[in-house]
Amino acid sequence: MMLSKGLKRKREEEEEEKESLAVDAWWLDPGHPAVAQAPPAVASSSLFDLSVLKLHHSLRQSEPDLRHLVLVVNTLRRIQASMAPTAALPPVPSPPAAPGVADNLLASSDAALSASMASLLEDLSHIEGLSQAPQPLADEGPPGRPTGGASPGLGALDLLGPATGCLLDDGFEGLFEDIDTSMYDSELWAPASEGLKPGPEDGPGKEEAPELDEAELDYLMDVLVGTQALERPPGPGR
Amino acid sequence: MPSHRMPSEADIISTVEFNHTGELLATGDKGGRVVIFQREPESKNAPHSQGEYDVYSTFQSHEPEFDYLKSLEIEEKINKIKWLPQQNAAHSLLSTNDKTIKLWKITERDKRPEGYNLKDEEGKLKDLSTVTSLQVPVLKPMDLMVEVSPRRVFANGHTYHINSISVNSDCETYMSADDLRINLWHLAITDRSFNIVDIKPANMEDLTEVITASEFHPHHCNLFVYSSSKGSLRLCDMRAAALCDKHSKLFEEPEDPSNRSFFSEIISSVSDVKFSHSGRYMLTRDYLTVKVWDLNMEARPIETYQVHDYLRSKLCSLYENDCIFDKFECAWNGSDSVIMTGAYNNFFRMFDRNTKRDVTLEASRESSKPRAVLKPRRVCVGGKRRRDDISVDSLDFTKKILHTAWHPAENIIAIAATNNLYIFQDKVNSEMH
Repeated sequence: MMLSKGLKRKREEEEEEKESLAVDAWWLDPGHPAVAQAPPAVASSSLFDLSVLKLHHSLRQSEPDLRHLVLVVNTLRRIQASMAPTAALPPVPSPPAAPGVADNLLASSDAALSASMASLLEDLSHIEGLSQAPQPLADEGPPGRPTGGASPGLGALDLLGPATGCLLDDGFEGLFEDIDTSMYDSELWAPASEGLKPGPEDGPGKEEAPELDEAELDYLMDVLVGTQALERPPGPGR
Repeated sequence: MPSHRMPSEADIISTVEFNHTGELLATGDKGGRVVIFQREPESKNAPHSQGEYDVYSTFQSHEPEFDYLKSLEIEEKINKIKWLPQQNAAHSLLSTNDKTIKLWKITERDKRPEGYNLKDEEGKLKDLSTVTSLQVPVLKPMDLMVEVSPRRVFANGHTYHINSISVNSDCETYMSADDLRINLWHLAITDRSFNIVDIKPANMEDLTEVITASEFHPHHCNLFVYSSSKGSLRLCDMRAAALCDKHSKLFEEPEDPSNRSFFSEIISSVSDVKFSHSGRYMLTRDYLTVKVWDLNMEARPIETYQVHDYLRSKLCSLYENDCIFDKFECAWNGSDSVIMTGAYNNFFRMFDRNTKRDVTLEASRESSKPRAVLKPRRVCVGGKRRRDDISVDSLDFTKKILHTAWHPAENIIAIAATNNLYIFQDKVNSEMH
């Protein structure tokens, strides 16, 4: 999954984007001979960029519209799937099994990729700051469900995740079923995590700018979308 | 109904709902206000004002709130209003914003007691030495006063944004639905609710579908339906299990391969679902169509009506400007023979299920003077263009008719066009067919 140069744009660039979209939308014109027989196989990168822009914009809202977010993410996955070279890709690739993205797409965005990554990290850092905030109160979920009486202190341990809390084991998880930590789980994001710095084991001959494979980008997108806990094992090839 | 104040964003109407007799019509707006209109009784003395709606009461239902825990502002916009069936002289309705549902009681006062023994007319205590005899206070008529008071506040039941509320036919319970959960409440109990649907995945990264609308069956108090962003409907039976995560029936139409595009899922997302008055059918609205479903057939809808198919080739632009995410509502008429939904350019559409005829009408001040007949409109998509046709490219996508309502018994419809409310009556054919 690509994070392309489209993430932070000036208004002029957005205007150009709109124009390019009008041109690129030919595949949706039922009268076009190329479309009449076969449904669109490949999305233009501008549609992809637009979707990433929308995703980013949606995530920046203090309280994202979940429906909008889910629909944009699902559309992005469809576009992503169509951009992959192999036709055998499942329509909704689930990490980490997806094959690599087309090389030309990667190459064209390499230079700006680290820049957009940096800006994303900057944006997410304000969310990270919440994890240092005082422990949240316990149940945000529906009050009618029996909650098992979990205290606010245990709720904070849930945020740290089972990798760090030796007090937590599977037996505790039932207590937290009703605690909705969706608003807080995203603070688990930390810049130094494995998902961001591919490191030299990706192979020699790579460019200076970190080149992320699709599994990592997919992982990254999942973190952006919601509560991805960092204790999750990294993708293949590591 | 034009507002007397300068139109602002707070005046944008966000929901419209007739009560069960059609005598009252409630609107909610972005500023958290509720305005109730009452139909004037028809009288021979003033035939021109037969059955017209006048403002009955206005009150502030919700205020903007700040969630200090999450540093978030909670919008005061009224998402939905639902009337309770009337059980005494008072009227009651539920109104909800993103997080909190409130029960309001509307009462009339047209008499006041006069002639107290211990108090004078202004309510001050009398000098007892001046009281020489006892009198019985009597009720004297006064100017009608409509009083609205909040009776219940159902708070802290939802983590996500409430999109629907629905009163059960048992008149004791109601449900509220947000993006991921549906709760069942008892109207008299505010400190707890019962969760009956929960589609939140264990890992939010696995989230691919949200709840978009839900409604109780009009007659069977154990049945309800909820729709999803993937275009499916789930009918649930509360008798089957306490937690209705497993549906009794799943209504889903397979994707049409010839119409497949990157936006297929977005346009299949159901924005509204309504049971027919008979309870036999459901009506759904997605981006381009309205569909009628038979409760006994899960495989596909029994009827599909194109609302504005000319937009199918414009989906990319509509995705870009976010219009593709607009949520239109739909409505049945009282006899379930006609369905109605809104569109762009202040157009709204009606489909007659029996004759299969449809009509496009416009809600605008320019084209509708009081008591004038609405002229059918047409959108031309190329080819022969008639004089009054609108071309697709000149449609105004900022003028959306998202909220419409149909009187439960008569041919009276309420159309919300941004911050204006239009009420249209069919005087000639006021009886239902």
